[in-house]
Amino acid sequence: MKIAVTAKGTKLASEVDPRFGRAAYILIVDTKDMKIEVLDNKENVNAFKGAGIQAATMIADRGAEVLLTGFCGPNAFRTLEAAGIKVGSDVSGTVAEAIEAFLNGEVTYTQAANAEGHW
Amino acid sequence: MIISVASGKGGTGKTTVSTNMAISLGDACTLLDCDVEEPNAHLFLHPHINRSETVTTFIPEVDQERCTFCRKCAEICRYRAIAVVGQKVLVFENLCHSCEGCLVVCPDGAIREGKRELGVVEWGEGSGVEMIQGRLRVGEAMSPPLIKKVRSYADLDRTVIIDAPPGTSCPVIAAMRGTDFVLLVTEPTPFGLHDLQLAVGAVRLLGIPCGLVINRSDMGDGQVWEYARQEKIPILMEIPFDRRIAEVYSKGLAIVEAMPEWRQKFTELFQQIQMEIVAEKLRRESL
Repeated sequence: MKIAVTAKGTKLASEVDPRFGRAAYILIVDTKDMKIEVLDNKENVNAFKGAGIQAATMIADRGAEVLLTGFCGPNAFRTLEAAGIKVGSDVSGTVAEAIEAFLNGEVTYTQAANAEGHW
Repeated sequence: MIISVASGKGGTGKTTVSTNMAISLGDACTLLDCDVEEPNAHLFLHPHINRSETVTTFIPEVDQERCTFCRKCAEICRYRAIAVVGQKVLVFENLCHSCEGCLVVCPDGAIREGKRELGVVEWGEGSGVEMIQGRLRVGEAMSPPLIKKVRSYADLDRTVIIDAPPGTSCPVIAAMRGTDFVLLVTEPTPFGLHDLQLAVGAVRLLGIPCGLVINRSDMGDGQVWEYARQEKIPILMEIPFDRRIAEVYSKGLAIVEAMPEWRQKFTELFQQIQMEIVAEKLRRESL
């Protein structure tokens, strides 16, 4: 199963980036073998609009089924929901810790966005 | 002739100047309240609204039956108003800027013309002045198309006064572009001057002649006058920080109605603007 985690760096030891759409990197971690696919989110970081929507589309294309991040706005949430991706928000610590919490069933999934949209 | 009244900084007196000038000219002019996010000229003209029109803008509607999920619509949208995830197409109608790019690139005819309400245009008459105002729908973020719609209804054979929104971004550009003169209302404070400089920058880019009204002219400092002198911007009127004016304003009355001596001053302001426009025309022709 593939899990997307927003990160400030490219490694499992990197800190979780609290932002979703404008996270520095998004790591797609396959829980089967813990292999990481690093998505450089540079383009979205500087996006003019719709960073969350774009990031959500991107992780859906990579086959992620769960997203672990800090904050997720309404547009991103709607896109993730349409893609059937479960969202664990308010996640902090390192990527490895986040994955561990997920594997231990300690992540609670949100039913709604937990950040305001931006204009 | 179209005169737009703008300011850069908010709260300097755009509406005070535009409504009082309009009332002084009477039925020879039309006032357009283009500050559609918070139109307030009606507070001073007390118009009887006799006609109203809802203004809408294009948004895509996706026919999921016809869609082949090729993503061309999502790729062309600069505002990410369309997202394709798997076999679903999502439209974020609030993000759409109505360019119709998706409609053009869709190879499957899966995009239809939908509508989003922008707001209303209202016609009325008050204090002897014909008035047209735009009112943006609460929650709507895109005001320029509504401003353009309000302007499209102005009878250009008459004198048109536009009460513009504050700032220097798209809405105020939509209100100033193509007008014959921009009357900039400022106040002699560092903040007033700062935003005036931004506004003058925008007006110069648009190539429109401008002049100044300095409101609350007996407070603050002298920097606005110094700036106007350096930039060769004519000062066409000064309004003192007068308690009686503030009282009249707070009651929703026009200065020219409560203090008749001001009617002459606002009429002269208009005449000076006319002369500035002619002088500018001559300057350009001589180049």
